[in-house]
Amino acid sequence: MLKTFPKGGIHPPENKITSSKGIKKMTLPKVVYVPISQHIGIPAEITVDVKDKVDIGQVIAKSGGFMSSNIHSPVAGTVTKLDKIIDTSGYKKQCIVIRTDLKDESNFKDTAYPLKTTITLEPKDILQKINDSGIVGLGGATFPSHVKLSIKEGTKLDHLIINGVECEPYLTADHRLMLEKAEEIIVGIKILMFALHINKAIIGIENNKADAIETFKRIITKDDNIKIAALKVKYPQGGEKQLVRALLKREVPKNGLPLDVGVIVHNVGTIFAIYQAIQHNIPLIERVVTVTGKKLENPSNYWVKIGTPITDLVNEVGGLPEGTRKIVNGGPMMGKAIKNMDVPVTKGTSGILVISEDEASRGEPKNCIRCGECVDVCPMGLEPHLLMNLSEKGMYEKASAEDIMTCIECGSCSYVCPSHRPLLDYIRFGKNSVKKMNTSKN
Amino acid sequence: MSAQPIIVSASPHVHSDRTSKKLMYDVVIALIPAFLVSIYVFGISALIVTSVAIISCIVFEYIIQKYLLKTDVTITDGSALITGILLAFNLPSGLPIWMIIIGSLVAIGVAKLSFGGLGFNIFNPALVGRVFLLISFPVQMTSWPTAFVNNTSVVDAVTGATSLGIIKEGLNMGETMTEISARIPSSIDMLFGFTSGSLGEMSALALILGGLYLILRKVISWHIPVTLLATIFIMTAIFWVANPEHYANPLIHLLTGGAILGAFFMATDLVTSPMTKKGMVIFAIGIGVITVVIRLFGAYPEGISFAILIMNAFVPLINKFFKPRRFGAKIKSKIV
Repeated sequence: MLKTFPKGGIHPPENKITSSKGIKKMTLPKVVYVPISQHIGIPAEITVDVKDKVDIGQVIAKSGGFMSSNIHSPVAGTVTKLDKIIDTSGYKKQCIVIRTDLKDESNFKDTAYPLKTTITLEPKDILQKINDSGIVGLGGATFPSHVKLSIKEGTKLDHLIINGVECEPYLTADHRLMLEKAEEIIVGIKILMFALHINKAIIGIENNKADAIETFKRIITKDDNIKIAALKVKYPQGGEKQLVRALLKREVPKNGLPLDVGVIVHNVGTIFAIYQAIQHNIPLIERVVTVTGKKLENPSNYWVKIGTPITDLVNEVGGLPEGTRKIVNGGPMMGKAIKNMDVPVTKGTSGILVISEDEASRGEPKNCIRCGECVDVCPMGLEPHLLMNLSEKGMYEKASAEDIMTCIECGSCSYVCPSHRPLLDYIRFGKNSVKKMNTSKN
Repeated sequence: MSAQPIIVSASPHVHSDRTSKKLMYDVVIALIPAFLVSIYVFGISALIVTSVAIISCIVFEYIIQKYLLKTDVTITDGSALITGILLAFNLPSGLPIWMIIIGSLVAIGVAKLSFGGLGFNIFNPALVGRVFLLISFPVQMTSWPTAFVNNTSVVDAVTGATSLGIIKEGLNMGETMTEISARIPSSIDMLFGFTSGSLGEMSALALILGGLYLILRKVISWHIPVTLLATIFIMTAIFWVANPEHYANPLIHLLTGGAILGAFFMATDLVTSPMTKKGMVIFAIGIGVITVVIRLFGAYPEGISFAILIMNAFVPLINKFFKPRRFGAKIKSKIV
């Protein structure tokens, strides 16, 4: 029996059409748009000015506080504008626009250095370096990594969990990274184990990536204390709480963190970024992005500089196909539909999904037939139909009492609802209202 | 860029291919075997009763929604069709047509639309229709054309009581089960459908077949039918073991009357049954217990319709008290 989380979950068509496509290097973008808020928390503070020449990897916006992160220039070039542009959130956000210097050789230098296994830095320095390198959770939540790693004295911590689940349909960025950078990832894991004094690590990978599981199993040795766990394919297993439950049978308490059960979870992409930062002194300026969609000419995985406009990515795979109706930043379950393609790739962009007519439109909502399917699939043990109802009626106190805030917005309820009810839309609305209600109370 | 505008909507951007309509039509498919048996047993009259019930349910829904409530007409969603079929399945095959029409009006008009339509009704519409008819026209509603004559499986126009009716009457007259059992069909006949009763409850086998289809298609889960039938079986078994001369054996209780029809098709109605599996089990136990109490000690020989309606009323309470366990509500595991 493969491990998985026991309550809820769905299995949408996987559609991992790019899983055999090796990660290619994206053509260097002529202009990059680098938002200063690519992470959860306080936006970074701009440290450059228009007409400044910047080097690749140079800090262009400094961390705005503890819950923030540095932003580095992804290219060598000249700052042309400090402007507000629409980012993936759909809102206008402050952005640093840099024109790439196409003559500068450093822009073309390969960042794939030979494997370096010896760890020379001390734990304290490792954590500082991660902070300096602007590393945030690359699984999509973009939580600043150094915050996650700042562990209070006396916290019991016994497992480092590496999230290689990639349960979102279509996306293959983590999958390819695990295949192509397995040894680097193992070193990255060892760096974190060393820095945090943890002696057990588990890499959780869903069983539809058997080749990645094999690759890791081949290269780890017994002394590494790293286990590879094959998981049953089930969405949303990549959710932190679901993954911890699946691997260790530990349940993160309501409103708690994995830390509360002695676990720290990092995405494989983040681990690779940590490896690059610690071993090769490369800050987070590029990441793997899956550019995919059933109708695309040549969907594939790419190393993409942060700030690259999505237009560039789509052009790279042969342009927008006829009949495109939706462009999603991320996967089909939790990704965000974007209005226009000038939006840049940020640290949290794991994929660009192009959806055509037949999949893009939603069914017309009908009456709830109280089938209970949403209750069945909710991995958090909530009652989505009830939460939607309460949100719709503005009964936020009640919604809060029914644990609306613990919803992880995985969208399983909306996915299964046979009456096409927009459950998650209303639950999000309810969550925001509860948040507002709570802040006005305080 | 494509000519058509880009859609911007919140996630998720994909949807499973299940729709309410498909669920409804799966139920219709599941009812086909029992319907075929009813035609085999009762002939043209089964066809007439079923057609009248279906047509009047759909027509009433149309008229009421279009002219009385002035809302969208939802007759194509399949739910009125199912109400029609299920109502017919709960009626004797020789029932006068005007009564069927009244039953349909009560089912659709009173039990469904006056509550707000599909999804808002508390009680199973078909059962409300049936119980209304049973109370209003007790004689006609208990005149069962029987397919069973002296174990020979001959289709006949004789009307007679149902097996449960025969048992109840016999016991009331002071007979023992040994004496009574000579007058009721064998369990094998009950399984295949050569017994007497309402239209759809003829063949336990055909109903189970349809029920399994629904479970396989994940339209219903096993929780309600299995728990309900198990409750009936266990409870009647206890009485039967205690006094086999005064109580019918549990197999008879399972195979006669509406137990199977009720368990697979009436109690499992999505709208009027609980949301959680835990709730479903409680709901089904409740139905089972009330059914057996009515059958053994009540005035009516059969009580599953009443039992389901009574438990329907408790569904909101069950949903309130048997919630799914919230993730992380109580920490089970400790740090190793």
